[in-house]
Amino acid sequence: MDLRVEGLSHAYDGMAVLDGIDLDIATGRILCLVGPSGCGKSTLLRIIGGLERPVSGQVMQLGTPPEGCLNPLTYVFQDFALLPWRSVAGNVRLGLEAHGLPEARMAEIVSDVLARTNLSDFAEALPKQLSGGMKQRVAIARALAVNPAVMLLDEPLSALDAQTRELLMEDLVSLWTRAPFTAVYVTHNLAEAVRLGHSIAVLSRRPGRIREIVHIDKPLADRIHMDAELESTQEHLWNLMREEARAADAELLNA
Amino acid sequence: MPETHAQPVPFRGGGFRPVAIRGAGLAVFASLLILTEWGTRSGWISALTLPRPSDVVKTFGELWSTGMLFKHLVPSLTRLVVGASIGVTLGVSTGILIGLFSYVRSGLVPLVAALFPIPKIALLPLFVIWFGIDEGSKYALIAFGTFTPTVVATYGAVDNVDRTLIRMGQSFGMGWFAIVRKIVLPGAMPGILSGLRISLAIGIILLVAAEMLGAEYGIGAYILEAGALYDLERLFAGVVILSALGILVSTVIGAIEKRLLNWRT
Ligand SMILES: Nc1ncnc2c1ncn2[C@@H]1O[C@H](COP(=O)(O)OP(=O)(O)O)[C@@H](O)[C@H]1O
Ligand SMILES: [Mg+2]
Repeated sequence: MDLRVEGLSHAYDGMAVLDGIDLDIATGRILCLVGPSGCGKSTLLRIIGGLERPVSGQVMQLGTPPEGCLNPLTYVFQDFALLPWRSVAGNVRLGLEAHGLPEARMAEIVSDVLARTNLSDFAEALPKQLSGGMKQRVAIARALAVNPAVMLLDEPLSALDAQTRELLMEDLVSLWTRAPFTAVYVTHNLAEAVRLGHSIAVLSRRPGRIREIVHIDKPLADRIHMDAELESTQEHLWNLMREEARAADAELLNA
Repeated sequence: MPETHAQPVPFRGGGFRPVAIRGAGLAVFASLLILTEWGTRSGWISALTLPRPSDVVKTFGELWSTGMLFKHLVPSLTRLVVGASIGVTLGVSTGILIGLFSYVRSGLVPLVAALFPIPKIALLPLFVIWFGIDEGSKYALIAFGTFTPTVVATYGAVDNVDRTLIRMGQSFGMGWFAIVRKIVLPGAMPGILSGLRISLAIGIILLVAAEMLGAEYGIGAYILEAGALYDLERLFAGVVILSALGILVSTVIGAIEKRLLNWRT
């Protein structure tokens, strides 16, 4: 199932946030959205996932979600959004419970997805016992459990420290390599974008418009840390963003 | 570097972090009792100012041995349990509705604010007319008294539930009832339980008021009768029972919190 964003604009109380966004989200690929903070990335992701209505334009679903897909558009949030009163396994189950699956089937999916994300040993732990990186692994496991057609990740690694971020990026790459998933990955971190994105859409400062879409053909598994080609792409992205980021920063100060 | 006068950096942290000290509460109780006992025995506290603690204990013993204790305790506890259950159930439901629906909130919050400061005791005659002089008016008074603080605590607690968790539930396609049951209610539980402490304490206060009219048996009736006769020993025996009831309620809620809220950091 592909998604297509068509002529999408949005405003809050007359303040334009997104302006004429067109995007194609292709099956089995990761699309990264980068842009200065406050440019409307999270808003765009909420609209794509149907959590908010755009002022104009629309998001089209092309084709039907694949067989066995429980929740076609599934989020991973920056602040994890785990239920603190549920164990790791209970949190992963949450997304399955809305679909009337038999108990045994749910248990099977949960243990399978915990094994894929190396969380089996923590199944009974409560979120308060986990580090930030672990919590985000749980949130990723929860998203994978419902077998989404498209995963929507909003700065999933931004609350984590640099080492943990590196580890989780490796996890995401290996998860994708074993079973390619479709994802829209919002970040303001260009290093994440060039590591994980098959294509990278650069947004301007508010109101967000698409400045450029950069494609990277190198397979995810081959993209190593400090790769020269990726560095130059990252440099290019930064050149696109520098002025926007500076202007966005000044805007926040004036406000 | 030349040798200069060296001294350790003075410590400026610490404090502002009270911790529970075992037995301290008991020690305060005990010293107050010993002081009163000694005062009444040596005569610098007159028998009309305070009853002698040992006499109160004796009265209590009589209450126990004659079986009157349970004759008073059972109707009181029934009134408290029935009244508070009605008030708390309605209060939690109303609070959740106020927390979730704009119209209910706009319509009921001013009403609740208007009802909250009314001394419910003042309405007792009205309740007697509405619900009769028997148990009905007593249940109503306690229910009404526990209702308003429960509503206020509950909708405050619902307001404090992390909205990203609700957004998360929606993003997984959970239905409205599932979100309320699995996210809103557990998320609001800490606030609801601490509100319950206050509501139930108010319930115990109102118990005495409820038994002012037409109650033959009950702790409140017992205290009021003793008060009318200036029988300080019996008055204090009754008061001690109410205090014990308060401690019991608070302990039970504490135990529930420990069980239900073990996820809190
Ligand atoms: N619910 C909302 N109501 C009003 N303004 C909002 C709302 N959500 C976001 N905004 C504003 O829209 C702009 C874009 O926000 P957001 O999409 O969160 O940006 P980003 O994720 O790119 O940092 C910001 O200026 C923000 O203040
Ligand atoms: Mg954002």
